[in-house]
Amino acid sequence: MSKYLLDKFLFTVDRDPALVERYREDAAGTVAWWEAEMANRILNCTGDERSTWLRFTDEERTALREHDHVALFGMGAHPFLTLTLFIAMFERDHGPLEYQKAYGKAMEHLALPYPDIST
Amino acid sequence: MATVVAVIASTHHPFYYRASMSTGADRPPFADEWVAKIEAFRETLTKARPDILVMVGSDHFHQLWLDNMPQFLVGKAPYFDANWYNEEREFGLPRMTLPGEERLAAHILRNGLDADFDLAFSNELRIDHSITCPIITLRPDADLPIVPIYTNIFAPPLPRPKRFVELGRTIRQLVESWPDDKRVAIIGTGHLSLELGGPRQFGAHGPDPEFDRKAIEWIASGDVEGCLAEVTLDSLHQPGNATHGFMDFMLMMGVAGAGAKADHVDSLDLFHTMEAYFTWYPNGVPT
Repeated sequence: MSKYLLDKFLFTVDRDPALVERYREDAAGTVAWWEAEMANRILNCTGDERSTWLRFTDEERTALREHDHVALFGMGAHPFLTLTLFIAMFERDHGPLEYQKAYGKAMEHLALPYPDIST
Repeated sequence: MATVVAVIASTHHPFYYRASMSTGADRPPFADEWVAKIEAFRETLTKARPDILVMVGSDHFHQLWLDNMPQFLVGKAPYFDANWYNEEREFGLPRMTLPGEERLAAHILRNGLDADFDLAFSNELRIDHSITCPIITLRPDADLPIVPIYTNIFAPPLPRPKRFVELGRTIRQLVESWPDDKRVAIIGTGHLSLELGGPRQFGAHGPDPEFDRKAIEWIASGDVEGCLAEVTLDSLHQPGNATHGFMDFMLMMGVAGAGAKADHVDSLDLFHTMEAYFTWYPNGVPT
């Protein structure tokens, strides 16, 4: 499990308008590029001073490729990050609040306690 | 010496700005009532005639990130730019620049450290809607210098509720020990019950109206001990998965003081979450 890396993906994509569009249009390609180029980038450091050890599990990679917010929630990705990015990608295809309500309804089978989001 | 002329605790609802500005068919049915409540709330700050605002909020993964996450952070800078691309995108919030009050920030940092709070600091902080929402609602001219204080209610492990209350008490003491003869308002924002990104989000009301009712009673009556007796890091998961933001209300109860009854109490039951507004006048209601 690499909750931190899932959160890092969601965080870095959500804050970049071009990446939001790229992830919406080409999820698999964006996830592959991001894991190769960005996963080990320390955000406050120069490009040469990178980490060496961060990678997704197969399950995490699949959830990101499939835009599967329910699976991401189940893995303990930070729900605020997931929600914010997914609203940015998909709210436009729906009427007012429709997407947000459907997003919650897709998780109605989940009960407390929710997955731990500690990193 | 500085005087605390008002203590204000509020929810910070990023939808307010757009709702209040909208017209015609775009204007939601609850907008007029919401604006009226906010204008009454704003008046409670205006009549306190503050010179400086100490603003307590929480970064929502904008500048503060998991590779270097402070628990409590004070902004010390001459200016603070504000609001972020994703807040512009989702809420239509405007970009802003607010002046800072560095001398009070330095006083809070030095004396906070000496009071056993290992406060982090930032000399270049772009603040987010947890602080700009109360600027928009309470001081829309954004004309007063601020000292922003961020708390971590967002990225566990979090400090416990008691620590938030203790920090609030300490902030009050630190402001009142500042030698400058200034009128300071201390404003903090958080949430009542709230769910974000989970199955209970965006319901007809907040996810736990019973928690909201109790929370408003704790805050309005200054029942710090009663609140601390029931609220723990674990218990806050029950009312909604983003309810840890309630700890910023607990911090403000610490600022106001145990047993301090709020001079202004109001709330608004919206879809998704309950709004709540509180003002205390520690040195008497201004005339």
